[in-house]
Amino acid sequence: MTHAQPVIEIRGLTKDFGNFRAVDNLDLTVYRGDIFGFLGPNGAGKSTTIRMLMTLIRPTSGSISVFGHSLFTHRNEILRNIGAIVEKPDFYLYLSAFKNMELLGRLSGADTSRSNIMKVLELVNLHERAESKVKTFSYGMKQRLGIAQALLHNPQLIILDEPTNGLDPVGVKEMRDLILMLANEQEKTIFLSSHILPEVEMIANRMAIINKGKTVVEGEVRQLLLQGHSVVRFTTSEPDKALELLRQSPWSKFITMTDNADIMLDMERNDTADINEYLVNNGIAVLGIEAKRSLEEYFLSITKHSGHG
Amino acid sequence: MLTILHIELIKIFSKWRSYIGFIAVGILVPIIQVAMYSEGEQYFALFTQSLRQMFEFSGDLTNGYLIAFIVLNSLFVHIPLLISLVAGDMLAGEATAGTYRMILTRPVSRFSVVTAKFFAALIYVNALILWMSVLSLGLSVLFFGKGELLIIGSKITILQESDILWRFGLSYMYASLSMTTVASLAFLFSALVENAIGPIVGTMAIIIVFTIISSLDAESLDVVRPLFFTNHLVGWRMIFDNPPETSRILMSATILVGHCIVFYAASLGIMLKKDILT
Repeated sequence: MTHAQPVIEIRGLTKDFGNFRAVDNLDLTVYRGDIFGFLGPNGAGKSTTIRMLMTLIRPTSGSISVFGHSLFTHRNEILRNIGAIVEKPDFYLYLSAFKNMELLGRLSGADTSRSNIMKVLELVNLHERAESKVKTFSYGMKQRLGIAQALLHNPQLIILDEPTNGLDPVGVKEMRDLILMLANEQEKTIFLSSHILPEVEMIANRMAIINKGKTVVEGEVRQLLLQGHSVVRFTTSEPDKALELLRQSPWSKFITMTDNADIMLDMERNDTADINEYLVNNGIAVLGIEAKRSLEEYFLSITKHSGHG
Repeated sequence: MLTILHIELIKIFSKWRSYIGFIAVGILVPIIQVAMYSEGEQYFALFTQSLRQMFEFSGDLTNGYLIAFIVLNSLFVHIPLLISLVAGDMLAGEATAGTYRMILTRPVSRFSVVTAKFFAALIYVNALILWMSVLSLGLSVLFFGKGELLIIGSKITILQESDILWRFGLSYMYASLSMTTVASLAFLFSALVENAIGPIVGTMAIIIVFTIISSLDAESLDVVRPLFFTNHLVGWRMIFDNPPETSRILMSATILVGHCIVFYAASLGIMLKKDILT
């Protein structure tokens, strides 16, 4: 598959804190237009990577290139085109939402006219609280304000670190829609770090999983989910007979029957066709095959194999 | 740089703690003035009791200039604490609030951010000293009038009415420099730590420790003692000597400026290398 040009290219990125290696020779590529899911268990090095990407932390070694330029030599030029929430959204609590937006926007060279700020606040549904001091905001409202400040200067790349933290289910849905709108309608590239795996599964087209500071896997979300072991559900005309047959087959090891008489097989995904043929040849009509592994299962398996915990 | 400076000033003057110094000075100066207005004659008589055996005092020496001098002497000891409240919060406050992540991920250099913050702190210091000068000198002269200034220290100095105002002007300028040095020290501590209490405590501790060391009668300290900035903070008093020793005043001022530069440079060096983990 061919990709658009890379927006972020991380090569051999390493960060040591004393004797502790938080990020270890990390490689990563994010392409223009991607919604890139950045996954990893707690302490995997996600936040450290994002902090290096946002120049808050100096790497021990390695390179970061954004928009085709080195971050270390073109810092300001690059940051002008990045909007970000790094970890939790913290603001000047003694200032209003509007004033926070204005001050941060001025630092980014944004259009800080009242109309533009209000337009962005409206996008995150905070326009009616524009003049309220941030200290009166809930965590979810601060999260939305965080999105608003990241968008104010109309950046090409948006880095969101756990953007749905603290949001209620409606807020999560709105955030998901907003991210999709930014990617699809405004052609932004989104770098999305999250623990909420179904969220990433629903909206990301590419992802990387890191563990212990290293990239464990990187690629298209769909392709990655189709690799390796899967739990495949077979719906058949004669479940009991099918179960009996499969128990005598090479695939008998990981087989169960669900309450509604579907047969579940933990198997190599490539074997699906062979099992189907085996059942059909033995007079069993296969009415349905569902072979989709959730990102959560994949994430757990991949982090387990890479030595998490 | 000017944009960041403007933003920093907005932040300073939007915070309640920034007004504590102005409020404290605004309360204390009138209290001293009222006390002097009602009991100034007795106070002055008590103060000059021993001198009255040798000299004859005529005219009203409890005038606005004397009150302003007393106010400056009294409050100058406490101003560093008020200054540290703000200067110590300039960088550490961002760490505490987590807003480093907001400002240091913008397309502005750390050099610009740190320098703008430093100058914003200096503007605050000068505004506070200006406020103190307006209240102490302006109000005192307004209510008590002008006159000769009698200063009793290691020697007795009597300054003519026409020879006083410029000395106050220079004194307030020197006081600004002294407090700028204190602010620079608090700023340095602010770069080192991640909560605003540390810089306040650290600054006051340094001032107290160095003041105590300076007062120790140890010959081994004679070489370094003149370099302690704490020895020069009250150098404004030399301006009221008659005649003032210009070279000593300039030397003290130079030492303070040197300390300001060192404290700022150290703060900048720390911040340029600092990993933002808050």
